[in-house]
Amino acid sequence: MDPAFEFLCRMGDNTLVLGHRVSEWCGHSPVLEEDIALANTALDLIGQTQLWLGLAAEVEGAGRDADALAMTRDAWDFRNVLLVELPNGDFGRTMMRQCLFDAWHDLVLAELRDSTDDRIAAIADKTSREVAYHLERSRDTVIGLGDGTEESHARMQAALDRLYPYVGELFETDAVDAALAEAGIAPDPGNLRDAYDARITGIMAEATLTIPDSRFAHKGGRDGVRHTEHLGHLLTEMQWLQRAYPGATW
Amino acid sequence: MNVRMDRPTMPEIWAWLDQVPDPEIPAISLVDLGVIRDLKWQEETLQVTVTPTYSGCPATSVINMEIERALRKNGVQNVQIKRQISPPWTTDWLSDKGRASLLAYGIAPPQPAGGPENCPRCGGTDLERVSQFGSTPCKAQWRCRDCLEPFDYFKCI
Repeated sequence: MDPAFEFLCRMGDNTLVLGHRVSEWCGHSPVLEEDIALANTALDLIGQTQLWLGLAAEVEGAGRDADALAMTRDAWDFRNVLLVELPNGDFGRTMMRQCLFDAWHDLVLAELRDSTDDRIAAIADKTSREVAYHLERSRDTVIGLGDGTEESHARMQAALDRLYPYVGELFETDAVDAALAEAGIAPDPGNLRDAYDARITGIMAEATLTIPDSRFAHKGGRDGVRHTEHLGHLLTEMQWLQRAYPGATW
Repeated sequence: MNVRMDRPTMPEIWAWLDQVPDPEIPAISLVDLGVIRDLKWQEETLQVTVTPTYSGCPATSVINMEIERALRKNGVQNVQIKRQISPPWTTDWLSDKGRASLLAYGIAPPQPAGGPENCPRCGGTDLERVSQFGSTPCKAQWRCRDCLEPFDYFKCI
């Protein structure tokens, strides 16, 4: 297993799976502006996927491209964290998931801009501008809804309680991470936790929400050992066309 | 189609490309948008370096097609489009002509402060943001409290 390929799949699968999840809101959001905002966010994430998985395919050198990786791998080959494959729930839970992810995504991209691999640094430099914008919006929305009405506050607290056990996986470190950190290609994920906690503590305080005490973490996505049952259903829908009509173009 | 034996000059080629409208915001040209970073002859092939705006912008592939079409129409047969993502595209690369065209078209040009200066319709300064996103990845929705009209703002990135 090539650590660089594994790492690039982790980055690209996070953006791909979250991008697909967020795109499920298209035409269903509570108001038109939010519909457009979510569709734009999904579009950014899918565009970023093309860069990450494109480079993964290049590094792998097995004749696959970004589309082949996205559309013809099965669940056990996906390397996204469990957080991004969870179903959307209500609008509040979707925005809470987005905020928890964006706060991490923004931090990791800031580190990757200094990667010793120029190709990774270039992708991080480009995508970090889009992600800073995602974070601004998801943070403002979480604060607005958390510190909103009794109903919106209760829904946001329920969303945080449900999703927080999936945050810890973002900071897991394994042999892949150790090899990349050693080479200066990517940061050790564990080193981002303090900065992340400071951010999330600030946001949730402003949102009048309480972060759960327990640091229990569901794991198994970023190493592909045990995805949730939700990923397979997502892939069934996302990959249907390329599975039914391999190589179709239009 | 023009057929010519001599190689066109770089200013001629830039002028042709400045005639190609952005597919999503036709008020400005691809040159105004700042996505065409370099032109270079490699033997008989013209290499055009293009930096995409947003990673997921659906206009990117159309932009590449429009560049090829404009060059072929003017007699440049061998065109190679090279994608370059570093340095990343920024709204600082919008030309002054492009900024003026955006404003005339009803889109407030990007400002470093992160929001529009004036309403593109009435010039009012009492403005509010409706949404951080708009009809294309590069725009946000704003409203003028003076004339009460909504308008597009070209996001600063």
